[in-house]
Amino acid sequence: MQREAVLNTLVFLALPAVAVIALVLDEPFAITLATRAAILALAAVGLNLALGLGGLVSLGHAVFFGLGGYAMGILASHAQSYAPLDLGLFVIEGTKSMPVIWLTAVFVSALAALLIGLLALRTAGVYFIMITLAFGQMFYYFNISWPAYGGEDGLSIYVRNSFPGLNTLDPIQFFGLVFAVLAVVLLIMGRIERSPFGLALGTARQNAARAETVGLSPFHLRLVAFVISGAVTGLAGALFADLNRFVSPTMFSWQMSGEFIVFIVLGGIGRLFGPVVGACLFVLLEHLLSGVSEFWLIYLGAILLFVVLFARGGVIGALAGRGAHHG
Amino acid sequence: MTFKQLLAATCVAALGAGAQADGVKVGMITTLSGGGAGLGIDVRDGFLLAVKGNDDIELVIEDDQRKPDIAVQLADKMIQSEKVDVMTGIIWSNLAMAVVPAATAQGKFYLSPNAGPSALAGKGCHQNYFNVSWQNDAFSEAAGTALSGEAGKVFLMAPNYPAGQDIMAGFKRTFQGEIAAEVYTKLGQTDYAAEIAQMRASDADQIYFFLPGGMGISFMKQYAGSGVDKPVSGPAFSFDQGILGAIGDAAVGAKNTAHWSKDLDVPGNADFVEAFQAEYGRLPSIYAAQGFDTGLLLASAAAKADVDDADAFRAALKEADFQSVRGKFSFGANNHPVQDIYMREVIKEGDLVTNRIVGTAATDHSDPYAADCKL
Amino acid sequence: MTTLLLIEQVLNGLQSGIMLFLMAAGLTLIFGVMGLINLAHGSLYMIGAFAAAAVAGATGSFVLALGASLIAAAAAGAIIEIGVIRRLYERDHLDQVLATFALILILSEGTRWAFGSFPLYLDVPAALAGPVTLPGGIQYPAYRLLIIGVGLVIAVGLFLLIARTRIGIQIRAGESDREMIAALGVDISKLYTLIFALGAALAGLAGALVGAIQSVQVGMGEPVLILAFVVIVIGGIGSIKGALVGALLVGLTDTLGGVLLPLALSGVMDASAATSVGSALASMSIYILMALVLIFRPTGLYGTA
Repeated sequence: MQREAVLNTLVFLALPAVAVIALVLDEPFAITLATRAAILALAAVGLNLALGLGGLVSLGHAVFFGLGGYAMGILASHAQSYAPLDLGLFVIEGTKSMPVIWLTAVFVSALAALLIGLLALRTAGVYFIMITLAFGQMFYYFNISWPAYGGEDGLSIYVRNSFPGLNTLDPIQFFGLVFAVLAVVLLIMGRIERSPFGLALGTARQNAARAETVGLSPFHLRLVAFVISGAVTGLAGALFADLNRFVSPTMFSWQMSGEFIVFIVLGGIGRLFGPVVGACLFVLLEHLLSGVSEFWLIYLGAILLFVVLFARGGVIGALAGRGAHHG
Repeated sequence: MTFKQLLAATCVAALGAGAQADGVKVGMITTLSGGGAGLGIDVRDGFLLAVKGNDDIELVIEDDQRKPDIAVQLADKMIQSEKVDVMTGIIWSNLAMAVVPAATAQGKFYLSPNAGPSALAGKGCHQNYFNVSWQNDAFSEAAGTALSGEAGKVFLMAPNYPAGQDIMAGFKRTFQGEIAAEVYTKLGQTDYAAEIAQMRASDADQIYFFLPGGMGISFMKQYAGSGVDKPVSGPAFSFDQGILGAIGDAAVGAKNTAHWSKDLDVPGNADFVEAFQAEYGRLPSIYAAQGFDTGLLLASAAAKADVDDADAFRAALKEADFQSVRGKFSFGANNHPVQDIYMREVIKEGDLVTNRIVGTAATDHSDPYAADCKL
Repeated sequence: MTTLLLIEQVLNGLQSGIMLFLMAAGLTLIFGVMGLINLAHGSLYMIGAFAAAAVAGATGSFVLALGASLIAAAAAGAIIEIGVIRRLYERDHLDQVLATFALILILSEGTRWAFGSFPLYLDVPAALAGPVTLPGGIQYPAYRLLIIGVGLVIAVGLFLLIARTRIGIQIRAGESDREMIAALGVDISKLYTLIFALGAALAGLAGALVGAIQSVQVGMGEPVLILAFVVIVIGGIGSIKGALVGALLVGLTDTLGGVLLPLALSGVMDASAATSVGSALASMSIYILMALVLIFRPTGLYGTA
């Protein structure tokens, strides 16, 4: 455990270190990569609450990622065209302000997670995996054929949204902002894990019957976890859209949901920093391997397979596990 | 092997160019892995053939996996880290919409070797964006004109996504006659039994459809087995060399519109077909021809102007002073092509299923969005 | 719409359901007996189609091509089971999802490396190329009738295999109690390899049969895989009967939804909006069906908890 804490600190500091070194060497693209890794990590940290602590294998978290993205895309596009968004009952002004967009993204994805969770949590196991996948596919196909915001072509936002006091167009400042968000969320997630709620959720995962005998409702615990989890992934979606200055239905695809799971398992399931390690490693592999060969996905597949089969507990598990023997 | 040799040649050329300091650095983002890789590989190979041995051009190639977010990330890499002057290579409209506006806004040139979403031709046009392929509606507008003369009602079918709706809109814009029905299918649909039954039951005299790639292969094979004998036509994307082999005899007789064909009798085209076949061991497709023309255009501009002088380089591109394998080629006011579009027919040459030109569908065709473009 | 056309569309829906059943049967069998989620099932479908296309191209015989698809997919299945899958039976679903996701990457790109990036040619045999006239005057492609026939034969064969044969008894025993069949002296690892290869062969056969009227290309397995999962989840995982019912439900919903929804909406909105909204709803319809089934029966129609 001691060793894992050291490892976590190192990993966590590696991201800003890469960004700062990149700044010194004038390699802005490395900062972009680090930002991408941090945002994907944030999305997977969200999923990790449901999956790692709650045992809810959701293959539909791309719904929340996509909703966060479109919250940004729709608000910013209305601000860009100066045409307010008319929802019938009330009218919303578009905005280019990140805090407002973030709140909207969190609210919309939490609402969606509440509705999906109410229905999906009636099932368990493989059926839960598949019903979340079904919701993901619904959103995906709806967005492809819905012409108002670009359909499959997606929606371009030409200038990154603004945050008070920062120039978000500068890669390092945007990275700093994303990293700060990730740090705050990790801090909150750490608190949640150790809180009575987190402990109860863990109990409900390991032994639902025992949780019920002490008066806990596994359904409600899981629903709350699913909503928080969806909200965090939604926030990551809004940031991801701002990184690319572009949103499209691929944010809703099942491959996206699959990748979040890959990050968690790659890093080490049920560990606070697992998704961070997994996402960083995945972005790094993607970047390095794609230059090696036209058939680089074969190598990526082989590495994933190796980790699943032989490095149980993911990368953190493998490293920290060895430490346990020494100490 | 041949690709590696070419790449090596390009790298050697790149070293030479570095010494001269007036070379053009080109970033190509295209689809090289996964299901849609055939198109990207054709564009890349055509482009490489055109710039083979050219010392002025240094090339960086990356695979976008057909994912918009990866394409955006690669574009950032090309611009921030590789510091390229010109970008090219994107196959799909949705990826182009994700990359092109940001690239041109940062002062880079973008040459589109495939795809021309209407937004980039009209209000979103840019002085640094040159489309060397077609505006999305072009082939179907030409088909609409060409089919207007022939009597009869037309049954329209396309996948339900923006490019499908654009192409059908293009057809309806120029078609003088009656539309029997208009059907939109799921993107990626593989079984068309239900739609074919509707075609059989409708009073349409012919079918006009847009189903790119695998969707078109599935539809044509199933249509041939259904016994419905209404003539079919569509834009070239469902009848191109890369997929005709997979459709086989079922495609013979189908009409399709394109700006190029391997039997097009213009200077240089026969040489291009022969060289492409010799280099890669397969026949070129329209995508290969577009990649080749993009390479030629770039080489022509690089020979005339220094890319660091953006205005001069832009003017050199705009002249389009190269011998296109399509024959006549020039840029309209919105930097989109003005070109002839031909009607082709799928035929069998011995064992080979391929296209031949049967007529001209539109002469000096340009797109209708130019009016919205303030260049 | 005329009654005749409606009957034809129902037939189309049933036939598309049978095609899905071929794919789903192997998937549900593997899940039922070994408790394994196999995302790579779509890759076995693709391997069957590519093997058939290669053999048909070399020999010109469709029968040989079908044989090749069975053998290639079964062999690939056996190799995968022995090399990778058998390490996953004791793991949780998450590890299984991830490992078989990795297998998809390897098998898809491996196929592209071996066969190139362009779709392959595979056509229906000349004898079945045209339509036949059914009672009532419906013209229907002969080859699609063959698919319906093969699907029904396989459904009956599977029921008999499980209900009447020695292997069937072992399979049923394995579903309910794994230690039990080991105690009875059955070589459980051989049995698992056999079942996995059987499921793979079914997927490969489906790939070859369907490949003849669709596109044989890399990535053809994934859309079918998702549909097959929808099917077995609706039917109840592990149930062959559930797979058959689920496949027919999904086939009918998908086909009739695409035809009827735009028609129904054209009463309340203008024609082009109706086709666009209708087809958007149609592409979501099977997922809505699946969500509805699971909300009311959380373990599918014929599933046991």
